[in-house]
Amino acid sequence: MPPEEHELGSMLSGDSGWIYSLDPGERVRSATTETRLGRLLIIAAALLFLGVFLLIPLIAVFTEAMRQGVRVYLTAITNPEARSAIRLTLLTAALAVPLNLVFGLAASWAITRFDFRGKTLLATLIDLPFAVSPVISGMIFVLLFGAQGLLGEFLARHGLRIIFAVPGIVLATTFVTFPFVARELIPVMEATGSEEELAALTLGAGGWQTFFRVTLPNVKWGLLYGVVICNARAMGEFGAVSVVSGHIRGLTNTMPLYVEILYNDYEFAASFAVASLLTALALMTLVAKRLLAGQTHGEPFLPGKVATRPGAV
Amino acid sequence: MMTEFSIKSTSPEAPGGKHESGRPSKSRRRNVLPGFGLSMGYTILYLSLIALIPLSTILLKTAGMGWGRFWTVIASPRVLAAYQLSIGASLAAAVVNSLFGLAVAWMLVRYRFPGIRLLDSLIDLPFALPTSVAGITLTAIYAQHGWIGRWFDPLGIRIAFTPLGVIVALTFIGLPFVVRTVQPVLQNLEAELEEAAATLGATHLQTFMRVTAPALMPAIITGFTLAFARALGEYGSVVFISGNMPMRTEVVPLLIMTKLEQFDYQAATAIALVMLMLSFALLFIVNLVQSWSTGRYAA
Repeated sequence: MPPEEHELGSMLSGDSGWIYSLDPGERVRSATTETRLGRLLIIAAALLFLGVFLLIPLIAVFTEAMRQGVRVYLTAITNPEARSAIRLTLLTAALAVPLNLVFGLAASWAITRFDFRGKTLLATLIDLPFAVSPVISGMIFVLLFGAQGLLGEFLARHGLRIIFAVPGIVLATTFVTFPFVARELIPVMEATGSEEELAALTLGAGGWQTFFRVTLPNVKWGLLYGVVICNARAMGEFGAVSVVSGHIRGLTNTMPLYVEILYNDYEFAASFAVASLLTALALMTLVAKRLLAGQTHGEPFLPGKVATRPGAV
Repeated sequence: MMTEFSIKSTSPEAPGGKHESGRPSKSRRRNVLPGFGLSMGYTILYLSLIALIPLSTILLKTAGMGWGRFWTVIASPRVLAAYQLSIGASLAAAVVNSLFGLAVAWMLVRYRFPGIRLLDSLIDLPFALPTSVAGITLTAIYAQHGWIGRWFDPLGIRIAFTPLGVIVALTFIGLPFVVRTVQPVLQNLEAELEEAAATLGATHLQTFMRVTAPALMPAIITGFTLAFARALGEYGSVVFISGNMPMRTEVVPLLIMTKLEQFDYQAATAIALVMLMLSFALLFIVNLVQSWSTGRYAA
């Protein structure tokens, strides 16, 4: 996180760039600050880039959603198809997030509390979904459970349906989001250390008692942070879910898929209306991330760092 | 390997824990904690069920198709065109993100003005926003009559439904990577180094090129590679803006999707396998760069 605002820094000044000369009030430029022109160029480039790629899209979602008025907007997000998409999205997250929460706790406990061979490999495996295209993430479940898949015949014989049905959506979402809680917890648990847990054990606490009374309270912010990010991804996953869903309206449509269907049907205002709900969710996620960042290390969802963070493995 | 795990966890008296100094060694101290078998067992079971077994189907499927068929699929003109577009557009997007991401990280770390914290929080928007939302929004903006597209139309430049649109979408979804890898490094960079360079008579440009840039380089390369890898696999934000014309604006993930919809699972898996190997190679590079830079710059 950026350092606290410099006392002497005013608008557009470098963070540590200005010092007072002997004459009070008069400023001299320190050796490491760019020239005024350089500063302006950097800021102009950065603001132009962020404006074009972040701010304009953000404004556009809500503008397009409201283009045909409030009534169209409200109808778009409350009609039965939209409600079923919202329900399925909530259901998917309600299943995938707790599964990955338990996995995250188990994996980070194993990785941070014990030494064993293959630890780096395990940490790398946790990052696996980041290396896999969303489409491939969905495809592997089609290859496994689809009609022509490895278990396809077995499932058909027992009348079970996974692909083009809700279980497939939950599975694909779980695969895509399984790293998030673990990746947030591992560095936090590593930093906390096991001294307090050992003390609890010495005082006669049982294993589970220690875990619930000592470990969990110590890592609660990191845990919450991981859950928030995991949830955002679970509700927003599109590619993987698109492969396994079959796009059956009212049955296997999550909100991101419903956005696509409406858009392809040229119902743009309705499409952006549903999109605006997902955008609001994304913004709430960013706010939660900001609030929790002060409590935890606050690193964003960057892949490829669990295995390489010094000290974590 | 499993037996080793259990030996270590269940026998605290194992010879590994020496206590010559009266203090238990690190590994022995850790073995006192309970739950190794349970947590490790659950982790491996879960990973296998959710990730490893499903992923192994790709190898099984391609192993069954034979080298000749594999090669015919991979080397067909449409597939090659898709790879060319995916790699080219992802590289272009990663380059744009590296240049502007550096500027953004620099601004966020070194300058203060009202609203900058808001901007800092917004950087992660592409991670948090569902890709289909990004896709339809970017298409609306960059279409011929869109907010940005209309300024390019008179110049004869079309963005949506051309390879340029693909680059725009991939730039959006890769935006946070370079910023978020460079930002902490820039933050921790000691001002003394740059001051020393200045004291020794270096100009600003010299200081940047000889002192600052080399220190930031591993972070930039890491961010670049992560953005590139993410862009290669991207589907949701691209399908809307690309127009999906075979040979022209069809990216690899979309081609895999098309093959799946035609129930040509073998072709889809073959294309996916090449894609996966490319992604793994890229993440391997990231790990190499990171271990190299921590070895070099960590105190």
